[in-house]
Amino acid sequence: MSLSSKDLLGIKGVTTDEIQLILDTAATFKDVSERDIKKVPALRGKTVINLFYEASTRTRTSFELAGKRLSADVINISTSTSSVVKGETLLDTARNIEAMKCNIIIVRHSCSGAPEFLSSRLTSSVINAGDGFHEHPTQALLDLFTIREKLGRLKGLTVAIVGDIAHSRVARSNIHGLTTMGAKVRVCGPPTMIPPGIERLGAEVFYDMDRAIEGADVIMMLRLQLERQAAGLFPGVREYARLYGMNSGRLAKAGKDVVVMHPGPINRGVEIASEVADHSSVILDQVTNGVAVRMAVMFLLSGGGKAEA
Amino acid sequence: MNTKEKAFILDKTGIDRAMTRIAHEILEKNKGGRELVLVGIQRGGVHLARRLAKKINEIEGLEPPVGILDITMYRDDLATRKSQPVPQTTSIPFDIQDKVMVLVDDVIFTGRTIRAALNSIMDYGRPRRIQLAVLVDRGHRELPVRADYVGKNLPTSSKEKVEVMLTEDGVEEKVVILGE
Repeated sequence: MSLSSKDLLGIKGVTTDEIQLILDTAATFKDVSERDIKKVPALRGKTVINLFYEASTRTRTSFELAGKRLSADVINISTSTSSVVKGETLLDTARNIEAMKCNIIIVRHSCSGAPEFLSSRLTSSVINAGDGFHEHPTQALLDLFTIREKLGRLKGLTVAIVGDIAHSRVARSNIHGLTTMGAKVRVCGPPTMIPPGIERLGAEVFYDMDRAIEGADVIMMLRLQLERQAAGLFPGVREYARLYGMNSGRLAKAGKDVVVMHPGPINRGVEIASEVADHSSVILDQVTNGVAVRMAVMFLLSGGGKAEA
Repeated sequence: MNTKEKAFILDKTGIDRAMTRIAHEILEKNKGGRELVLVGIQRGGVHLARRLAKKINEIEGLEPPVGILDITMYRDDLATRKSQPVPQTTSIPFDIQDKVMVLVDDVIFTGRTIRAALNSIMDYGRPRRIQLAVLVDRGHRELPVRADYVGKNLPTSSKEKVEVMLTEDGVEEKVVILGE
């Protein structure tokens, strides 16, 4: 069993078996991070490039640690200090990096499709670390991993994703991943933040959060991008928090066994109240699991026989 | 390749006799089992390590702790294999520092698994001594590795496959040679 592609560009199109393989592999890599010596030689001699065109702490650090714990050499390129500011194109930058013989390029870009554009033009493996409003596959995988770890399964669960669905690549990847694994997905947010046609991905649309989280096994909160207020998508932060924020009142109604998640970074008191974030969420487990899942993805993409397959 | 059973090597009694002898040899060589820890290599070695621990307990009255080791992430062929093997659990829930460790595997062949196991063990601690117990030594070593305790030396062709089947996996217990 192996992954069918040299790249991980999105969760759409990844099969149930492949997701299962990644999650199973990640479970063993999680143990590596718990040891005294947090390193295995699996990717010794490989080179991994973090090419980030957007700000990131969690994802970039997570990929960097994942690479280093597999013994790969990891280089970080942040565009503010690179030739990008001199006007070099994405493809030229990537080709120059590849000319230095790297094996995996991890790309985050504000344009949807940038990783796919690169993957067809490079021989290295490309991993999408978030592209525009499109996908953020490793976030979805770590969310799936965390849910499976907490609840023991994915099939048959009901997962409510609440917030700005329209501008969320996390939501899109999770909808694909969860439905592929047999979970039911509800999306909920103000009508201005629900993209038309989202039902076609297999999600049920709610505008009332209390109804959306009723009977849900998992509640996945999304970060409210505060700059969207200027665009007129919601009238005020306080109103948003009241209508679409996760607080202890809603938590009590949802039941104490419900798993509350957030991809981070959180806006305290906006989409999630501090008491929920700090005492009743699995946010930091998600972060821990992120390293394991990214190790698994890099490990599985590095099978040497891909070219002949 | 259509594989079929070419030769029957050991039955349940034969395997049990070999394990009993190895248990005695381990105790004899290490003058009792006080410092002893056993680590079974996934997958075949795990059941055998547990059996050895029981036998050592029957003989000496103290049961050495048993760990599980998966060597997937330490393999030297990860870059050349067609597909990546799925790593299994590693669990060594005890201190191995300054202990006498007996690694247990079902079959020793090229020796590369043992090389990987040794590298992996070093990331968990520094045993005072590491010894190797195998049920079958089938030859064809590619590295200078030798087992301290061998259940059965078995001359094979490198094209053949030696299969150790154990009741713990829900199959009839036997050692056979498979080939075309």
